[in-house]
Amino acid sequence: MVYRIEVGFKPNIVDSSGERTKTDIYNFLGIKVDQVRTRRVYTLDIELNLEELEKVKRELFVDPVIEEVSSRLPSFNWYIEVGYKPGVTDNVGKTARKAIQELLKRRFKESEKVYTSIQYLIKSAKLSFIEIEKIGKELLSNEIIESLTILSYREVLEKGLNIPIPIVIGKQESRVKEYDLRVSDEELTQISRKGVLALTLDEMKIIKNYFYDKEITEQRREKGLSRNPTDVELETLAQTWSEHCKHKIFNALIHYRDGETEEEIDSLFQTYIRKFTEEIMEDVPWLISIFVDNAGVIKLNDTLNIVAKVETHNAPSAIEPYGGAMTGIVGINRDPLGTGIGAKLMFNVFTYCFGSPFYKSENSTQFLHPRRIREGVHRGIIDGGNQSGIPLVIGREIFDKRFGEAKPLVYCGTFGIMPKEINGYPSHIKTINPGDLIVMVGGRIGKDGIHGATFSSEELHRGSPVQAVQIGDPITQKMMSEFILEARDLGMYRCITDNGAGGLASSIGEMARYSGGCEIELENAPLKYQGLHPWEILLSEAQERMTLAVDHTQIEQFLELAKKRDVGATILGKFTDSGKFHVKYNDKTVGYLDMKFLHEGVPKKRLRAVWKKPIHEEPKFDEAIDLTIILEEMLARLNICSIEKKLRQYDHEVKGLSIIKLLVGKEEDVPSDATVCLVEYGSIEGIIFANGLNPHYSDVDTYHMAASAIDEGVRRVIAVGGKLPSEKIPFAALDNFCWPDPEQSEKTPDGCYKLAQLVRANKALYDYSKAFMLPFISGKDSMKCDSVIDGKKVSIPPSLLITVIAKMEDIRKAVTMDVKKIGDIVYIVGETFNELGGSEYYKLIGEKMKGVGYVGNNVPIVDAEKAKEIYRSMSEATDRCLVHSIHTPTKGGLGVALAKSAFAGGYGLNVSLSKVPYSGARRNDVVLFSESNSRFVVTVPMNMKEEFELVMRGNICTEVGIVIDEQRLKIRGLDGGYIINSDINRLKEVWKRTLEDV
Amino acid sequence: MCRVLVPVGYGLNCDDETIYAFKMVGADVKKIFLKDLIKDPQRLDDYQILAMIGGFSYGDHIAAGKVLANIYKYEIGETIQRFISDGKLIFGECNGFQALVKAGILPGLNGDYHTQCATLTYNDSGVFEDRWVKLKINPKSNCVFTKNIEELYLPVRHGEGKFIVEKKAVLEKLKEKNLIVLQYADMETLKPTMKYPQNPNGSIGSIAGICDCTGRVFGKMPHATAYLSPYNHPSWTRLKVEGSLPKEGGGVQIFRNAVEYVKNNLT
Repeated sequence: MVYRIEVGFKPNIVDSSGERTKTDIYNFLGIKVDQVRTRRVYTLDIELNLEELEKVKRELFVDPVIEEVSSRLPSFNWYIEVGYKPGVTDNVGKTARKAIQELLKRRFKESEKVYTSIQYLIKSAKLSFIEIEKIGKELLSNEIIESLTILSYREVLEKGLNIPIPIVIGKQESRVKEYDLRVSDEELTQISRKGVLALTLDEMKIIKNYFYDKEITEQRREKGLSRNPTDVELETLAQTWSEHCKHKIFNALIHYRDGETEEEIDSLFQTYIRKFTEEIMEDVPWLISIFVDNAGVIKLNDTLNIVAKVETHNAPSAIEPYGGAMTGIVGINRDPLGTGIGAKLMFNVFTYCFGSPFYKSENSTQFLHPRRIREGVHRGIIDGGNQSGIPLVIGREIFDKRFGEAKPLVYCGTFGIMPKEINGYPSHIKTINPGDLIVMVGGRIGKDGIHGATFSSEELHRGSPVQAVQIGDPITQKMMSEFILEARDLGMYRCITDNGAGGLASSIGEMARYSGGCEIELENAPLKYQGLHPWEILLSEAQERMTLAVDHTQIEQFLELAKKRDVGATILGKFTDSGKFHVKYNDKTVGYLDMKFLHEGVPKKRLRAVWKKPIHEEPKFDEAIDLTIILEEMLARLNICSIEKKLRQYDHEVKGLSIIKLLVGKEEDVPSDATVCLVEYGSIEGIIFANGLNPHYSDVDTYHMAASAIDEGVRRVIAVGGKLPSEKIPFAALDNFCWPDPEQSEKTPDGCYKLAQLVRANKALYDYSKAFMLPFISGKDSMKCDSVIDGKKVSIPPSLLITVIAKMEDIRKAVTMDVKKIGDIVYIVGETFNELGGSEYYKLIGEKMKGVGYVGNNVPIVDAEKAKEIYRSMSEATDRCLVHSIHTPTKGGLGVALAKSAFAGGYGLNVSLSKVPYSGARRNDVVLFSESNSRFVVTVPMNMKEEFELVMRGNICTEVGIVIDEQRLKIRGLDGGYIINSDINRLKEVWKRTLEDV
Repeated sequence: MCRVLVPVGYGLNCDDETIYAFKMVGADVKKIFLKDLIKDPQRLDDYQILAMIGGFSYGDHIAAGKVLANIYKYEIGETIQRFISDGKLIFGECNGFQALVKAGILPGLNGDYHTQCATLTYNDSGVFEDRWVKLKINPKSNCVFTKNIEELYLPVRHGEGKFIVEKKAVLEKLKEKNLIVLQYADMETLKPTMKYPQNPNGSIGSIAGICDCTGRVFGKMPHATAYLSPYNHPSWTRLKVEGSLPKEGGGVQIFRNAVEYVKNNLT
C-alpha cells in the first residue's frame, strides 16, 4: 500500500524555505511571484495499519508546534512537485524508513521504502506556463536526477495529483557480454567510443594483441573463457588505463620546443613534480609517504603524522552541482581514510572557479547557469562537510567567463591525522598477505557513477551518461569512518583503500598489487536493487565504500563489530599471489587479466609541445583622475569582493581546534591570509593552511603563473607567522593541475601550445619547489577542461592550484591581517614592479574602455632568492612578536591590501605611495594595483620600530605611513597630494555588496 | 569523581571537544555508541551527567534532532526521567538541545518531561550559519551550568536554531520561572536583541538556551565546546594587542560549574 504524507507549516508560521524560494525565483530568473508555500511529501510504500500510519504521522513527520499534516492544499495557482528519479540516493527517505521501523518496533521488507519529494505551491495569477516551466526546470529541479511535476490549479482540482513513486524496476537479467576485437581499426575506435571507454586506438590495439596471444588464450580457456575479452575485462582495463587513473599525459614522452631550446621530457611527473621531493627526501626527517598512496603523509611531531590530499570534482559538478560537489567532498574524505591503514579526518578545504554569476549570453552553453552551478556546488560541499563534522579551513572562489563556458572547477581537499605507530606498526605502510579476505565496508552498490573515471577523462557533451552523477550520504560515511578507526585501533584489518573512481575494479585492482593478485566473488556484493550486470557491480562508483584486507583469523570479530556499529561489511573474495586479477560471478570466471598487463600494459604517449610566447595588446591609457572610484571598483570585483555570505554557511570550527579562522578582524568578517589549527587539544603546536591560484596569469605565461601560485601559498603562510621549510619545520605542497586538452588533434589544433603551457608550469613547479625547499607530497590532475559552444571549442585558462601546509611551532605567535592599534607604523615589505599583466586592474580598464578585459604582458615574476630573505626576516619578526598585523597583497595589489587591512581592523591609514619601494614608470595606479609577488603590508607598534627594522635589515622594507584615529584610508600619491581619501566603512560596504545577495 | 556519558554515532560529531571540555575540569568521561545505550539504557545510571552533543544526528533528516528526539522519548525515555528525578544533570548543545526540546524534555514545564511545547526550526536566514554571538545570561536563573557567568561569546553553527513556542503561555511561563538562561544580545549594550545577525536565527525572546525548573537540565544552541582555549576566540590576536586575552576559553566555566555541582551535591 502506498501512503502519501504531506507536511506543511501551520498557517501562522513563516515558511522560510518558501520565502527563500520566492526570492530565488526573482534573483535567478527575474520572475516575480506573490507567494510560495512549500510542503514536504513522504510517500510510504510500506504495509501499515491505520493506527500505525497515524502514529508515524504524529510522532515522526510532524513537529506539533509548527507543522501539520494535511492533504488539503493551501490556495495556489500552480503546483510543482520535485522528487528523485529511480535509483537516485534519497537520504531522507532512508532515514525515515529506519525511524519508522524503530518507532513501530518491526522490520520492513527490503522492497518497502520511503520516498521523499517537495511540493511548491505558487501563487501568482499572471504567471504563464512558460514561466512556471522555467521555474521548475531551471531552479527547482535538475532533470538528471529529479522528476518534475507541474500542474495548474484546475488540473489538480480535476484530476488530482497521481504522482508515481520512483521504484527501480530492475527486470534485466544480468549477463556477461563478449567483444570480438578482431576487427578493423575503425571498428575498434567505434567499440571504445560507443562503450564510453575512452581508450585510444593504440590502446585498443594493445588490448587486442594481449587477448589473442596464444598463451593468454590458453590460460583463459582453462578458466572457461573464450578468446574474446568480456565486458568485465574491457571495462576494467578502460577504467584502470583512464587518464583519471593513469595520468597518461603526465607520464608521456614529450618533445618540447620553444624559441631557444628543444628537449625530450620523459614524464612530467618524474622530471618535475616528483624530482625535488626525491632530492630532499634524505635531508628532512618529515617526508613519510609520498606519491605512493591515496594521500601524502608528512610528520607533524614524534607521535603524529599529517595526511593530505586535494582533488577536483569538476565534470560531475558541472552537470549536477549539488550531488557532484557533495560526492567531491565526501569522496576526497575517503582518500586520507584510505591512506596507510587509515587516518582520522580533520580539516576540509575548497577552491572553486566559476563563470560570473551575473553571466548573460545569447550562446547556449553546455551547462547550467554559472549562478546555479555556484549555488549548488556550495550547498553540496556545505552539506557534505558540515554533516561529516569536518571544519572548513580554506575557502576561495575565482571567477572567469571561461569557467562558466568550458568547465567549472571544484577543488576540494581533506587533511587527516594518524598516530605514527598503531599497535607497534608504522601506520603509513600498506601490506597484504595472500589469503587475506577482500572486505567491502559501507553502503550498497547501484548503477551510480558508472564510468566516472572514463567520463571525467572525456570532453563533456550533452549525451554524457546520467549515471555519472551521484548523491553522497555523509552520515553513512561518517558512521563507516568511525567504525574503521575503531577497528584500526583494535588491529582488526591489515590494509585499506577507498572506492572512488572505478569502484571495486580500482580499489581491489590497486590493493591486489600488494599481494600479487586477487579472486573476486561479485555475486556477494550488496546491491541497492537487482538487475546489475557483473561489470556494473565491479565498476559502480556508488559512494561511501571502502575496501579492506582482513586476515581470516580476524574476520569474525571484524564483521561483528561492523554489525554492532550499524555498518555494512561483506566478504568479496580474497587476495592471492596468482599474478591474476580474477573475477568470478556465481562461481563462473567472468574476468581473468594479468596484473602486470592491467597495471603496466598501458602504452606511453608521445606528445609534442611547442611554446611561443603570446603577445597581447599592452593597454595605453591615462591614470584616472579619481583613483578612489577606481579603488572602489576594484574592491567590488568578483575576484576581490567578499564571499562571506557563503563562507559562513560552512562550519569553520567543529572539533574546537581552529586558531586563526577563515574570517578575522574587528567584525570577524574579512578573510585571513591563511588559517591555523591545532591538531591536539591544549597543545601550542599547529598547522597552517594556505593556497595559491592565479589562472589569469596563464594567459601570458604559465611558468610565471605556477611560480606565482607557489609564492602566494608560501607567503600566505609567512603572513600568519609561519616559517620557511627546514629540517625542523615540515612545510609541504600539493599540486592540482586543471588543464585544457593538451593533445594536438583535429578537435584541438592548439594542443601543442597547451602542452607547452603544461610543460612550462611544471618547469616552474620544480624550479620554485627547489628554491623554496618546498617538496610536493601529493597531487592530481584533470586534463580535459574544455567544452564546445555552437561548434566552437572553449577551454579554461590553465589552472594550477598549489595548496600548502606548514607546521607552526607556537600558535600563540600567530598574526592576522587586520590593523589593530592607532599609532602603529605601516611598512611595505618587498618591491613593487610594473607587473600588471594578467591583473584585475587591466581587466577592469579593458572592460571600461572596450568591454573586454586587457591581458597585457608584464605578468608578475618571482625572485625566489630575494623572497626567501624577506620570508626569513618576516618569520623572525613574528617569532619575536614585533608586529601587530601582516597582510600579503594578492589580486588588486597594494591598494586593495591596504583597504582590506584597514577596514578589517576598523582603523584608518595614512600612507604615502612615494615611500613605497617601487621601480617603474611614475604612475600611482601601477603602484596601487600591480600584483607583484612576495610583498607584505605590515603594522608595527611604535615601541618595536627599531627592533623590527633591525630584523628586516638587508631587505626591501620601508615605512610608508601610520594607523590613524580616523576611519579613513588616506593615500598620498607620488606627487605628494592625496589620491585616495575614503571612509573605510564605505570601502567595506562596496567590497561586501557584490555577492551579498547572490 | 564526576562521571559524564557522551552518546555518539549516527552523525553526532562534537564528541572530541565535549570530552575534552569535561576532562579539562576533572570529570571522568565515557563515550557510548547510541545503539548500545538504546539496548541497555540502564548504563546511564552509572553517570551523573548526560552530555547530548552537537552534530547532525540522522543527517537532521525530517527535521533537526527529530529522529534522535524520538529515541530519547521512546527508547530511553523512562531512564531519562529517572535520571532527572535522581537529581542528575543533562547538558544539550545544538543538536542535543534540538533533541531535548523535540522530545519534550525541555523546558519540562510543571514537571512534564515528555510533552513538546516548543521547537527549534529553520533560521530566518534560511541557511546554516557559523558566527560568534554575544550571549546575556539571566542572573535570576537557577541553571547550575551558568552560575557566576554574566555573559558569553560563543559561536552558533546551525541551520535550525530559531526557538519558537507552541503558545504564548509557554513563553510567559519561561519568563516567569526564569527558565530562559541565555539570550542573544547586542555586542555593545548586552541587551537581548531581535536584530540579525546578533540574533542569528530570529528566535522569539532572543532565546538561545533554556533550562528546566530544577536548573539541572540545560540546553542551548551556541557551542561552549568551541571556546575552550583563549586562542579559539575569533579575534584573540586583537585581544592580545589590547592586553585583554583571557587565561582560559570562555566556555570552560560552564563545564566547571556542572562538575562542581556534581561534586558538591551528588557524590
